[in-house]
Amino acid sequence: MTSLACPPDTDPPLDEPGLVEMLKHRARSLNQAHVYPIGALTQGLKGERITEMAELLDAGCVAFSQADVQLSDNQVLMRAMQYASTFGYPVWLRPRDAALARDGVAHDGQVATRLGLAPIPVIAETVALSTILLLVRETGARVHLCRLSTGDGVDMVRQAKSLGINVTCDVSANHVHLSEMDIGYFDSNCHLVPPLRSLRDRDALRRGVQDGTVDAICSDHTPVDEDAKQLPFGESESGATGLELLLALTLKWGNEAKLPLAAVLAKVTSAPAGILGIQAGSIAVGVNADLCVFDPHARWKVEPAKLKSQGKNTPFAGYEMNAKVRFTLVEGHVVYEG
Amino acid sequence: MTGLNPQLNANGELQHLLTIEGLPREIVLHILDTAHSFLSVGEREIKKVPLLRGKAIFNLFFEASTRTRTTFEIAAKRLSADVINLNVGTSSQSKGETLLDTVANLSAMHADMFVVRHSQSGAAHLIARHVAPYIHVINAGDGRHAHPTQGLLDMFTIRHYKKEFSSLRVAIVGDVLHSRVARSQIHALTTLGVPEVRVIGPRTLLPTNVSELGVHVHHDMATGLKDVDVVIMLRLQNERMNGALLPSAQEFFKYYGLTPEKLANAKPDAIVMHPGPMNRGIEIDSSVADGRQSVILPQVTFGIAVRMAVMAILAGNA
Repeated sequence: MTSLACPPDTDPPLDEPGLVEMLKHRARSLNQAHVYPIGALTQGLKGERITEMAELLDAGCVAFSQADVQLSDNQVLMRAMQYASTFGYPVWLRPRDAALARDGVAHDGQVATRLGLAPIPVIAETVALSTILLLVRETGARVHLCRLSTGDGVDMVRQAKSLGINVTCDVSANHVHLSEMDIGYFDSNCHLVPPLRSLRDRDALRRGVQDGTVDAICSDHTPVDEDAKQLPFGESESGATGLELLLALTLKWGNEAKLPLAAVLAKVTSAPAGILGIQAGSIAVGVNADLCVFDPHARWKVEPAKLKSQGKNTPFAGYEMNAKVRFTLVEGHVVYEG
Repeated sequence: MTGLNPQLNANGELQHLLTIEGLPREIVLHILDTAHSFLSVGEREIKKVPLLRGKAIFNLFFEASTRTRTTFEIAAKRLSADVINLNVGTSSQSKGETLLDTVANLSAMHADMFVVRHSQSGAAHLIARHVAPYIHVINAGDGRHAHPTQGLLDMFTIRHYKKEFSSLRVAIVGDVLHSRVARSQIHALTTLGVPEVRVIGPRTLLPTNVSELGVHVHHDMATGLKDVDVVIMLRLQNERMNGALLPSAQEFFKYYGLTPEKLANAKPDAIVMHPGPMNRGIEIDSSVADGRQSVILPQVTFGIAVRMAVMAILAGNA
């Protein structure tokens, strides 16, 4: 991992230039990877007043987002998009209708019905998505849609793109591989936002990634404290660690879909770099030597205790992976050796 | 973890009772048969058998309940076990202790069995995953997920009055969405080979995919109750009565409350069941609740025998 886009739901949220500069400074002193902060779209992510986007951009933000905090006031959302589009700033949004998803912890499907888990219906995504797509058409804002989880959502984006609406979107590596079935007997490692959907949804996401409707695969890195996972499913904190598994999971998908390596790698390199508008994710004369050297035939097994991330929680414990990173170089310096 | 049935031990015997889903039919029938043999214990002058003498059973209730806790307590005492009642909702949890810490502490007091009730679906599974192998867990109700002893006592009741499961039509009426009782009943009925299980209720109170549990969905009482042998009414919780799920208790009673007129659609010898506590005049009319077709009080009596059977079988599989 050589470049990271960091969402603004930090504590405090990234809504002031000073906070962005601090984050950039800390990232620079660690000297491990380039960090690209995504600034808060509204102050304190409260969904009431828009942030000083120009100031934040000068401080180093590359886009603006509400992270996982829903902006339910459509008037504020429209104005934020209008303002951002005035200067051509990208807006990143996660399509989820807060009211329709309220209290829910799992996909409204057969598993939630069987296990008695409070459901999150597909329309919680598609209602929000239709609002966003209409607002994009209205405001002309550059919008990136984060973490699609449903087949219906992918269909809507495919249609919007074919109508010339200027959006991009991503899915998390978790959703490319897992479905509601993986919850099994209340495995809280599979408590994710958005929820793991049906097998049909998962297959539709895969088709979307393959045909280009879905532009990128992201890690959705959300480490959770072990104690916060050792709770009944509905009380457990959502999220899974993701950074260390992104490459292996992406290649695993590529193998299963029998796609050429370059096309697969583009989903985690040049495509996200293009969305972020940064100079990264490609190998060329004159650009940074940000490189990842991996062995595509080194088999290894995911063991949570061996993960380097602060959060060890992953739904992929015990999975066999096919690719192992040997070296990571940032600006020509080796920052990781595995 | 996924794929292994967490309630069976390596020999395929019952290690915990967490849900009826996935339980082999033979185990369900074995519990019902064992319960039958315990039925007479309650009628003796000395209502005790020494099967669980010296065993410590902890009633671990994270959610308030008087009736279910009492029936578990009576069942354990009739088996001569030592019973410790803990209303955790009012003690350690409010001091910030986690569920698993509470369980670890009680395990250190040499518990043999936990009877657990919790407001979250899956709480009993979580506990069962973390206790020592000699400790048994009985789920006494977890969120909307399961209430297996209730499901089993309902099957015991049906078998008592109807004998053969394979020729029955059973209707479950009311708030299926939020009901752990309904889920356990549905799994039990399908496991025992009941050919037609119906659920009846407004769409706001039925899970979206409920038909995938193997039931027929009805929204109208007259057609839903037509020619059924068993009517099971569910309790409607107060907090669901006025809001976006239902406009009022009165309107619910008008369309889904069990009155003699609606019951007339069922077979003349149909029985009426309710897991209790009943809301008279909301889900059931008093004349039905107290009428000749009601078996609501026998359900309570059978419940003790069924809980004795579950405890005795689990202890025997130690």
